[in-house]
Amino acid sequence: MIREKKSLFGPFVALKYLFQKPHTFRFPFEQKPTASRYRGLHINEREKCTGCGNCADICPNQAIRMIEVPEIKPEPGKKNELPQIDYGRCCFCGLCVDICPPGSLSLARDYIHIDHATDSFLYMPDSEKSGDQAFVPASEYSIMKASINHRQAANPGFVYDEDYSLVDFDRVPMPVMKPEERRTSFLEMVQGYAEEEARKEASRCLECALCEEACPANMGISRYVRAIWDADYGEAARVIYETNPLPSICGRICTHRCEEACSIGKRGEPVSIRWLKRFAMDQVSLEDYKKVLGTESLEEKDIKKVAIVGAGPAGLSCAYFLALMGHKSTIFESRSKPGGIPRYGVPEYRMPYDMLDKDIEYIKSLGVEIRCNTRVGRDITLDELHRDYAAVFIATGLHMGRSTRVEGTDHPKVFQALNLLGDITEGKEIMVGKKIVVIGGGNVAMDIARSMARLQMKKYGQVNLTACCLESEDIMPADREEIDESREEGIVIYPARGPDRIEIESGEIKGLHTVECTSVFDEEGRFNPKFNKEDKMFLEGDMIIEAIGQGPDMSFIPEELDEKIEKAGRRIKVDEFFQSSVPWLFFGGDIIQGPDVIHAIVNGHEAAKGIDAYIQGGKRS
Amino acid sequence: MRELELYFGPQHVGMVGNFGIILNVEGDTVVKARSNPGYLHRGFEKLMEYRSYIQNFPLVCRINVMDPDPNEMLYAMAVEDLAGLEVPPRGHYIRSIVLEMSRISSHLFWIWGFGNLLGFDTIGQWAMGDRDYFLDLFEELCGGRVYHIYIWPGGVRRDLPPGFADRLCAACDHLEEKISDYDDLFFNNRIFAERTQGVAPLTREQAISLGITGTNLRATGAGYDVRKDEPYAAYSEFKFDVPVMEDGDSYSRAIVIRLELEQSISIIRQAIAQLPDGPAWNKVPNPFKWNINPGETYVKIESSRGEEGVYMVSDGSNKPYRVYFRTPSYPTGMLVLERLLQGASVSDVGHIMMSLNIAAPEIDR
Repeated sequence: MIREKKSLFGPFVALKYLFQKPHTFRFPFEQKPTASRYRGLHINEREKCTGCGNCADICPNQAIRMIEVPEIKPEPGKKNELPQIDYGRCCFCGLCVDICPPGSLSLARDYIHIDHATDSFLYMPDSEKSGDQAFVPASEYSIMKASINHRQAANPGFVYDEDYSLVDFDRVPMPVMKPEERRTSFLEMVQGYAEEEARKEASRCLECALCEEACPANMGISRYVRAIWDADYGEAARVIYETNPLPSICGRICTHRCEEACSIGKRGEPVSIRWLKRFAMDQVSLEDYKKVLGTESLEEKDIKKVAIVGAGPAGLSCAYFLALMGHKSTIFESRSKPGGIPRYGVPEYRMPYDMLDKDIEYIKSLGVEIRCNTRVGRDITLDELHRDYAAVFIATGLHMGRSTRVEGTDHPKVFQALNLLGDITEGKEIMVGKKIVVIGGGNVAMDIARSMARLQMKKYGQVNLTACCLESEDIMPADREEIDESREEGIVIYPARGPDRIEIESGEIKGLHTVECTSVFDEEGRFNPKFNKEDKMFLEGDMIIEAIGQGPDMSFIPEELDEKIEKAGRRIKVDEFFQSSVPWLFFGGDIIQGPDVIHAIVNGHEAAKGIDAYIQGGKRS
Repeated sequence: MRELELYFGPQHVGMVGNFGIILNVEGDTVVKARSNPGYLHRGFEKLMEYRSYIQNFPLVCRINVMDPDPNEMLYAMAVEDLAGLEVPPRGHYIRSIVLEMSRISSHLFWIWGFGNLLGFDTIGQWAMGDRDYFLDLFEELCGGRVYHIYIWPGGVRRDLPPGFADRLCAACDHLEEKISDYDDLFFNNRIFAERTQGVAPLTREQAISLGITGTNLRATGAGYDVRKDEPYAAYSEFKFDVPVMEDGDSYSRAIVIRLELEQSISIIRQAIAQLPDGPAWNKVPNPFKWNINPGETYVKIESSRGEEGVYMVSDGSNKPYRVYFRTPSYPTGMLVLERLLQGASVSDVGHIMMSLNIAAPEIDR
């Protein structure tokens, strides 16, 4: 109350405080505990830290530097770098905590650091786990000793909070055809992002480039994702084509190791890199490729031509990069169309043929000749290729289905998945059983199961298809989404079940006897399945499809040549440029590394460099 | 009599921030005074053109050490306006609470300074001690006692910690109790009144023509308060008075500040009672890929010192093209102070300066 009439005696009220206990702390003998959200010195849980460097990028004072730590082994999704904080610059704002994708960085309630050495104010924070000597129990903590080497244990202050994180953990949902619709259709089920969705998804990328290190091709992912965000799709295409000449294929069926490494994926959904690549390439029409990619006129070196065996991703990639280097090449393909496994092994609902053709047409437009229906070994011999071409790149892939060899697999209604998938592509009339059993838990098994389920829907109006595999649900080799989508489409999957024998009654298949598989690999990690024969299950079916893996068919190589080719185990030995011990012979693709499309592309690229050097006389560029 | 040039500050016990006044005195009377804020040039506005939108947010609070939150609020409001961001209702309420807490701690800080310069050390100590209870609460809420770095584009940075509202109410209750002691000791003290009444009077016309706002304007009888006239945050939801005095002198300015304490307490209590549920922040885009559409905006709020505004221009990039802070201490420190000191006694210089509640860092941003 402010009174008009002022007093001289009012002030004596202060005397009452003479006898009250003061509320101040007698520092340093009494310590005032900091609040539970205090923003003090940094803590970094080194085992969680991915070294992505986003903390350093966001720091307004450039107080954070990423320092290489040789002791840490880099792996996909983890760099061998840790943040170092300069406390001469740090303003304790905590933006580094709010941007940290794995949530390893936090600020402690410790804030006092006393040391005569000024360089101790520049240090790499750790956590109680990785720096247990520095952290002392609260009872032993003394403010007189307070320093970076003497910190209170279990004392985190300002920690990450997912609801208030600057990282966007949620992916823009990809429009996908509903299970009811896609069950009867081979149309592409993943419908692709609209422009706005793609740009929003691209905006989530923090550009830490963990993905680029994980990608076998080391694609410039953060650059093309940024270009998509900028709506500069030509630039995105240019960045993509630096390392990957089959982006419309990769944008659909790549095994996307990049997304597994994405730092946002540590606590949320990784950036949808694969779909973004697809989106970017869908924005550029084939007619514009040469203009956008700057390949309207290519330099031509007047040297001998290169033969490539197999028009799959490795062969196409090799031909593309050879064309850029000025070499003419001819691809020999035994099938009627180029494309290899992406065409003949991947169902159309995942890999539409027109998109495949788009990538291939562009490569052809650069002067690459593709001779289809030409099987090396039958229509033309390897010796002839050696005679007419400077070098030969062999990328024939894996297309011989392996058999479980259980009793009954010699029955004519036991099929190999890859053969059936190829027949479906070619439009051949194939047997569609009423009840089908698929053996295998990989992506090929899911592909054939889902293709057959579609055909069953078309023919019988219902799906009656079971799949079994040795692996238990958690270690099934197929992608999670493939497994989930298969189930949505009505396929019943029995994991951890091994085939025992096929029941055949009066010449017709009745079904598959299975037993429980208790473990697939032994202690040393080798394939050595163990079964519990007591636990039996009979899967009814009139058609059985094996999809347990594929092997190469190298019978086209003449014996005397085969003897000269050095092997490492069962595989052909090649150097880093995929050159074998026979100098004019290069090998790549699934027969060497993989099986997957991105490794094939990388192999093709490296082989092209090796071939270029070989035919120019040993110099490698 | 001989005229002397006398340097008042920049290192002076009554100075808040490194701000100086060059006085020409004749005997005990000030003939001429010149404000000299040149010791505090930190270049925030320029620096902000080189940092991304989110990187600027820890910077702006430093424009006023005593009352940092209005700066954060303005920056957030300007960015929200340009980027078209919505703030959730809970965010608005928490912002109001924080802004009033900031006003209280700033006013308590002022009581400390004003009391000291008049020779009333006890009131200064009390105010500084009671301010600490609010700093404790700030520490609990955002992890920092002075630089809160809490109000950011899209809302606030964290929700209230558990039990915070109760402890804030307790601090308000305590302060309310102490205010009656403040009155007995200081505001109803005859010595205080005699020392300040009629000193350095400012008329309403002068104040308006010089661009004076806030407590200094309200001490001249003009009841202008941005919180009432153009409400922001959740202020339109609260009932509160705008204290006004008529005389425009040092005494009136002090009483307005004193009366505002009670209003702030009342606003905090209302905000806590009505606090809506829900999120306190709407996510902003990835800070590394956050371009704001080209445009310009001016936003204003009522800081503890008066109308504070931000003019921000975006050129479509990830950094502001220009940020300008309109700070209430600029006209008071540069224009009014020089006039009011003319003819004043040297012994009044300190408390006249303090009565205007000038924050030196606001003058040269």
